[in-house]
Amino acid sequence: MSLRPLISSLTRHKLTVLLLVLQVSLTCAIVCNVVFMIANRTAQMRQSSGLVEDELVTIESIGLDENENSLARHAADLAALRNIPGVTAVAAIDALPFNGNDWSNGIATAPNVDTDLTATAYDGTPGELATLGLHLVEGRDFLPDEYLPMDSAHDWAGINRVPVTIITRALAERLFPRQSALGKEIYPGDNPVRIVGVVDHLLRPHLREAASNDYSTLFPMLPDSNDVTYVLRTAPQERERVLKQMADALNRLDGNRVLRQAQTFSQLRADFFRRNRTMIGLLLAAAAGLLFVTALGIAGLASFWVQQRRRSIGIRRALGATRNDVLHYFQTENFLIVSGGIVLGMLLAYALNMVLMTHYELPQLPFLYLPIGAVLLWLLGQGAVLGPALRAAAVPPVMATRAD
Amino acid sequence: MFGYYLALALRSLKRSKVLTALMILAIGLGIGASMTMITVLHVMSGDPLPGRSAQLFVPRLDALPLERSKTSKDSAPNGNLTWPDAMNLLRAHQADRQAAMVAGSAPIRPAQGSLRPFFQPGHYVTADFFPMFGAPFRAGSGWTAQDDEQRARVVVLNAELNRKLFGDTPGIGRTVRLKNTDFRVIGVLDDWYPQPTFYAQVNDRSFGKTDQFFLPLQTALDLKFDFSGNFMCWGNGSSGRTSDHCTWLQFWVQLDNPAKAQSYRQFLGDYWREQQTHGRFPRPADAQLYGLMDWLTRQQVIPSDLRLQLWLALGFLGVCMVNIVGLLLAKFLRRSGEVSVRRALGAQRRDIFLQFGIESAVIGLAGGVLGLAIAELGLWSVRQRPDGYAQLAQMDAAMLLGTFALAVCASVLAGLLPAWRACHIAPALQLKTQ
Repeated sequence: MSLRPLISSLTRHKLTVLLLVLQVSLTCAIVCNVVFMIANRTAQMRQSSGLVEDELVTIESIGLDENENSLARHAADLAALRNIPGVTAVAAIDALPFNGNDWSNGIATAPNVDTDLTATAYDGTPGELATLGLHLVEGRDFLPDEYLPMDSAHDWAGINRVPVTIITRALAERLFPRQSALGKEIYPGDNPVRIVGVVDHLLRPHLREAASNDYSTLFPMLPDSNDVTYVLRTAPQERERVLKQMADALNRLDGNRVLRQAQTFSQLRADFFRRNRTMIGLLLAAAAGLLFVTALGIAGLASFWVQQRRRSIGIRRALGATRNDVLHYFQTENFLIVSGGIVLGMLLAYALNMVLMTHYELPQLPFLYLPIGAVLLWLLGQGAVLGPALRAAAVPPVMATRAD
Repeated sequence: MFGYYLALALRSLKRSKVLTALMILAIGLGIGASMTMITVLHVMSGDPLPGRSAQLFVPRLDALPLERSKTSKDSAPNGNLTWPDAMNLLRAHQADRQAAMVAGSAPIRPAQGSLRPFFQPGHYVTADFFPMFGAPFRAGSGWTAQDDEQRARVVVLNAELNRKLFGDTPGIGRTVRLKNTDFRVIGVLDDWYPQPTFYAQVNDRSFGKTDQFFLPLQTALDLKFDFSGNFMCWGNGSSGRTSDHCTWLQFWVQLDNPAKAQSYRQFLGDYWREQQTHGRFPRPADAQLYGLMDWLTRQQVIPSDLRLQLWLALGFLGVCMVNIVGLLLAKFLRRSGEVSVRRALGAQRRDIFLQFGIESAVIGLAGGVLGLAIAELGLWSVRQRPDGYAQLAQMDAAMLLGTFALAVCASVLAGLLPAWRACHIAPALQLKTQ
């Protein structure tokens, strides 16, 4: 089929065609970026925390007796929690991924150097690694004689005395590129701390720029303030029961405290990403709405044109055009218009992405999105035009003899 | 003539019911989504203290060492001051009123045995806080600067906590045990929740009900109460609350006229240079003074997700508009024959324009009504979010009118181009070709 009559017919509806091209291109630009944002947020939500998330239950306990010995209190609490049937490991810790309780220190590799590089300090009782299920890729766990109190009463001065640390692989690679971090020293406080182990992942309590999300350090420091979080590890199906029993176990021991955040780690994660889920829902709705409206526009215009051209279609049929010829005519016409929209849309998509990159910390749109977006819009266009095109194909040749 | 055109419009719309319905749906969805987000952002960018906000300022001093980059998120200056700086500014008395403050949360231990201890968010502030922000008292009052110096154990409760502890009568003179210390209630606020909680660090809890109690800052520091919020230190040495290289306090001043604001700026610059002679503030003097509304904008009190949602909704409306323009254009041009006849019979261009303009306006009006319903639905869904701003998402009269104005403007604008094209159809020429 020759394209020339088709194009010359389109030029008679310049304004309408232009509007349709504009609509397709705007849709293309917005949908490409929206889908990219959805992918980004989904990736964010899927970030591995490094923990055995579906086996953990947590509770925060805040002792109200100012004079009690926190270390003894925590030890007694841990013993009681360990006795709950089904609990395989427990630890008292000061922070967890997603709980927002972030104590970050500047990490230098030489003394008395001020640095922009910060990493979260995770401190806990012996067994923290086993309880959280952290995966040690190099080195060893802490030894019993390496533990000391955090000294939270004196501005967490334990950080200046702690001998060893375990850091995440991301931090190790940032500090010591292309070499083993084991045995190297860092300065989170005033004095050097030797790295004895490297864990695969340990996400920080709240997320920042992607690169630094996994910059964490573990210290063999015992939480010794009256505010502490207990983490219990158990089989996934036992979590609900353990959740119910742990508050009782603690209150039986000493009721002079406030317990809060009794939840599974999965709940903690879900709460943390709640806004992200809302946003993904809205983005999906927006993308669906845009595609729907554009399909509506294409179908609407096509059916107007079919009605307008009934007589000329009849003439073509009378002159020997088959139903398929008519069908293909409308399909090709749609393909041309949508293609025009896609070309303009690609440029707009990149322009929009630039704006989003500067204002919303969105990375660059990968090239792959463009062909996918193009195919999607071509399919949408063909789907929307099919109905009117079939109606056009059904116009009988006898229409040629009738006036509109 | 208007009635006749209206009848014509309705007849024409009836002829293609499905298409008309879809056009109304498209414009309704676009308007509804946009109005939902415009309303949410409108209520969130409101003035938390109407009538007072113009006199309130945040001074910003940057005591960071030179090597800290300003761009890194972790060390970007957030307006927080160190303890010595806050105390120096407080004692300098260079503003009409000034107060230092920080957020915290403390366990409340009710005297009644039936209530278990519970945590409440509160604020540790200095005396000028209440008169400077015009906090409304239901009973009693705040404390004095002398109370601050003497570390008085007094507390101001917000109405909700007062109700929980003492019922409906203000508990003035009674005792509340916070953490491990007894405090005497000297004032009860009248459900005071400025939206956003502008005086605190801006974060995702800036909207909604927050502070339930207020204590003198020095008292809280003496008693080692727990503070919340960003606490940032640099360099070596002790990183205690009173050290001069840890920022964590918010500071507000009241300056009644621009001349005073100008001289306060001058004072801040002098303070910076004076501190430099003591070896502090290594950066070149660049003291800033931000007005309340300016400060909220700079601190991005409106979450970027919400701004993104607004742009998304407006983009959607834009596509809907282009869609309607295209459909109306095709529709009007299809009636070229009819227009030609009317023109040949003496109708003028502006008659044709009016006729089609009315037809677009009918669609716009219907879309506006639908958009209003969708916006109400959208706001309802926003209110279901557990965020602090959720309860603010209500449509007021101005927004209601705005929705209609937007709907009619949008559709009349959308109808303008097609109607203009249609009224340029030459009389009778169309008749000849048929």
